[in-house]
Amino acid sequence: MIDLLLPATGETLHMVGLATLFTVLVGLPLGVLLGYGPAPVRPVLGAVVNVGRSVPFVILMIAVIPLTRALLGTSIGTAAAVVPLTVGAIPFFARLVEGALRDVDPGLTEAGHAFGATRVQIVARILLPEALPALVRGLTVTAVALVGYSAMAGVIGGGGLGYLAIRYGYQRFETDVMLATVAVLVALVQLVQFTGDRLARRLDRR
Amino acid sequence: MIELHRLRKTYPGGVAALDGVDLHVAPGEIYGVVGRSGAGKSTLLRAVNLLERPDSGTVRVAGQELTALGSAELRAARRRIGMIFQQFHLLSARTVAGNVALPLELAGVARSQRGGRVRELLDLVGLSDKAGEHPARLSGGQRQRVAIARALATDPAVLLCDEATSALDPYTTVEILHLLRDLNRRLGLTILLITHDLGVVERICDRAGVLDAGRLVESGPVGGLLGEPGSALSALAQAVR
Repeated sequence: MIDLLLPATGETLHMVGLATLFTVLVGLPLGVLLGYGPAPVRPVLGAVVNVGRSVPFVILMIAVIPLTRALLGTSIGTAAAVVPLTVGAIPFFARLVEGALRDVDPGLTEAGHAFGATRVQIVARILLPEALPALVRGLTVTAVALVGYSAMAGVIGGGGLGYLAIRYGYQRFETDVMLATVAVLVALVQLVQFTGDRLARRLDRR
Repeated sequence: MIELHRLRKTYPGGVAALDGVDLHVAPGEIYGVVGRSGAGKSTLLRAVNLLERPDSGTVRVAGQELTALGSAELRAARRRIGMIFQQFHLLSARTVAGNVALPLELAGVARSQRGGRVRELLDLVGLSDKAGEHPARLSGGQRQRVAIARALATDPAVLLCDEATSALDPYTTVEILHLLRDLNRRLGLTILLITHDLGVVERICDRAGVLDAGRLVESGPVGGLLGEPGSALSALAQAVR
């Protein structure tokens, strides 16, 4: 059974790791723009993000297949699953970023203005550093959600633990494989949450 | 040094926070504005560096008409106006030294020059030994000292104090007021403060004004106003005692 679990766990880590990375790269600036972008841009981005968040992930997976093909030349496999995972997680994480920045004491922003800071300086030197613990917590929530989504991505041939659970546990009635898969997923989520919590606590100097 | 001319500011809903305020603060002077909550003190103070832009009227600081400046020029002008706050508004993620360095970074001062200036400033407020601490580990008085050092980083001619001692105990209040008085004398710093505490005005202000419903109903030397039985300031003093 370990021969099945090990590669599947590797695939899940591969999918979740890459998807988390790309989600931060796009979601962080998007979240900043949602909260502190130019006034005409904010409502437009907000609407786009809301649409992204209202599409069920199962539908989204299928809907982005053309995009995946265009980017990677295939829509099947672990690497291909990273695309729908990232597209699904970006709006989610962007909203968390926006919330984290909004929760920074407005007095700090005011102090920044009083010292002659530009908008960009306020975001880069005040809001993002002050929101860092909250951003790490948001990223943790996102990574955990991605572990869940990645299991779903298994259904369309993404590989990983979800695919294993369906192929062996569900279709072949091998309950022990199913249970082992779930156990690995639980351990993975615990690990991500534990690491994120610790990091956030260490960064929080309040 | 600070000249406010016919400032008006009305908030949505029709409340006039400033109703035609004229105020002149001379160079090197400590001027205190007192008044009840909601009298418009906070709006008045924030009008000086245009954190609150008045609906009409002009603001001049050090001869420069701030109300006529574009946004880049205004940011440069704000670096010549320090500000401290009731709740200090220090960055929790930065050390004491990092907080004091912030205005220097914003002004584009090179890293190599920041260190020496930060040490100088911490020395000025008596916190040289706390440079590496985070604000959360300091007392209220120490935090306000850090905030004062930060406010003076870019060598401003004017310091605005927003209820700077209202969150402090009476002993610490006296300490901070001494420091402000000392900085005023040593650096020739002009200070405009707002407070609801008459003790602050009595202790360090050269002149004071009383703000009531958005109007400066009185302005003059503190000793003179307090000695005059019919003055608004002495009436306020009576009401409190």
